[in-house]
Amino acid sequence: MTTSNATIPVQHGMAEHSHGAGVPVQTRSERVRSGNVADFAPVSKREEQYRYITSEQLAGLDADNLDEYVGDISIKHPDGVTTAWVGTEHPAFGGAGLPEDRPSAAAWGSAQQAYLVTIPGDAKSDCEIQLGIDSESDAPSALHVIIEAKPFARGTVILDHKGDAILGENVEIIVGDEADITVISIQDWNSKSVHNSSQFAKLGRNAKLRHLVVSLGGKTVRVSTSAEFAAPGSEVELLGMYFADAGQYLENRLYVDHAVPNCKSRVTYKGALQGEKAHTVWVGDVLIRQAAEGTDTYELNRNLLLTDGARADSVPNLEIETGKIEGAGHASASGRFDDEQLFYLQARGINEREARRLVVRGFLNEIIQKIGNEEIESRLSASIEAELERSGS
Amino acid sequence: MAILQIKNLHVTVETEQGTKEILKGVDLTIRSGETHAIMGPNGSGKSTLAYTIAGHPKYTVTEGEILLDGEDVLEMSVDERARAGVFLAMQYPVEIPGVSVSNFLRTANTAISGEAPALRTWIKDVRAAMDSLKMDSTFTERNVNEGFSGGEKKRHEILQLELLKPKFAVLDETDSGLDVDALKIVSEGVNRAKEANDFGLLLITHYTRILNYIKPDFVHVFVAGKIAEQGGPELAERLEAEGYDRFVKA
Repeated sequence: MTTSNATIPVQHGMAEHSHGAGVPVQTRSERVRSGNVADFAPVSKREEQYRYITSEQLAGLDADNLDEYVGDISIKHPDGVTTAWVGTEHPAFGGAGLPEDRPSAAAWGSAQQAYLVTIPGDAKSDCEIQLGIDSESDAPSALHVIIEAKPFARGTVILDHKGDAILGENVEIIVGDEADITVISIQDWNSKSVHNSSQFAKLGRNAKLRHLVVSLGGKTVRVSTSAEFAAPGSEVELLGMYFADAGQYLENRLYVDHAVPNCKSRVTYKGALQGEKAHTVWVGDVLIRQAAEGTDTYELNRNLLLTDGARADSVPNLEIETGKIEGAGHASASGRFDDEQLFYLQARGINEREARRLVVRGFLNEIIQKIGNEEIESRLSASIEAELERSGS
Repeated sequence: MAILQIKNLHVTVETEQGTKEILKGVDLTIRSGETHAIMGPNGSGKSTLAYTIAGHPKYTVTEGEILLDGEDVLEMSVDERARAGVFLAMQYPVEIPGVSVSNFLRTANTAISGEAPALRTWIKDVRAAMDSLKMDSTFTERNVNEGFSGGEKKRHEILQLELLKPKFAVLDETDSGLDVDALKIVSEGVNRAKEANDFGLLLITHYTRILNYIKPDFVHVFVAGKIAEQGGPELAERLEAEGYDRFVKA
């Protein structure tokens, strides 16, 4: 394992590095998976899942029982898409995976029903579904969302988290055979909010998922994304973008489980940090099991530290059980703001503040440009602008 | 008529071995329309002079002054100097990932002229300048200096010189790394920009070959942080024939 943080001097900030896979404590696949919170030990630094976060930061989301989410859920969708609250006995419930840590299991067991969004097989790529989660509550609560894309479906789902909340959330993403969908989860909470979101994706045969996590606002935002291939020929692109200000804690955990042959995964996360005690954590686990011949995987995390006092932890883990793969790699780098870039821009008349913003925007743009949807791109650009404005850079 | 005056300039830089004085009393005056070539061996402090004029934070001025039309340049931030009309074409321009050339040029032009350019004429101006520098139109969609060849980087610097219309331009070894064809194109760009805007030009170079395309009015030989000798274009011819040995050994 490697940890990169602000104390490592990196010239020009962005030099890549790579290294051999470390020796994991256990194989990633042996971790407990359960919807029952009693199966998980209390949150403690001894467990890899909570290496960087404390129980205190989770603000009650690791308790045995949470309230059910009572905030607003707004939905906008075209005809053909259906939504419903369903019970835990519904076949889609648990259809994409099971919790792998205590806060996720706490939310799982506490949710008596799930909000199910179904994208029909004849939905086209312009099918856009907006799910607004806007809360005004400070009690730890649980929400369960299921997105089911039927075979051959196309479309984009945007989960938009706003307001005040202490929210334990599970999002299941079931991608049917030959379906091709995009899921975007935006965390733009008010500054006191605490959010633990576990997002599970399961892909059918020749299915495609593009998944984007955007974490901007909130005191503590921890998003764990896992992707499991149920059949060969599938592809996931897991993208992430985060911007941590002073005192903010943003964690992203990824797990791609290559259990079947000929699947492809790409993980690209980029983050900017600014201010005293801005802290980001990125942990990217990729497991290529023995049966997963022909796997093609690459994961990358980059962090841009804009000021002193910020800390970025970046830990890629690659576990490979077969040699018959197309490719497997990772890169992780965290660097300071490059003063030569600043000089170059200033030498063209651009003032320091604007120059810094240009560099940060450019750095994060790489992720936004991958969305391939102009409307969403300009919306995310506007969110970054607002973030830059808020942080006073 | 603008005037850039450098008086008794002393500059130090921090190295692992401690503070080192690089410039040891440079005096130089450049007026609008004049072309001054600064020539000298490696390590003589030519680039330090360029970066000090532009205001790179690495260099500390310990003595002397730089005045632009009587205004104290050393009191200005890097961007203030650029807005006051100082332009530095860099020897090693840095990459700015995710920032397109078109966005960068527009932002710089807005900063320097104080208002956003009228879109239609701006696009036309950019296109025309790029055409004459023989740059492909897709160039503006690329990210600043990212994956540029050496020649593309230099053309991009001169493109900015043409568009940003400074009062004084410092070209730091713009000729290095260019083949003859590229050197010609880049030199023509400099001449065109100078013709259009009548700026004062400080041309820093190790070799004399760029002086075949950009004719200097004055030649200064830079040795060990000072101007060791100055004269007209004939001095460059002498250097071409004799090299720097005469100065270095002295």
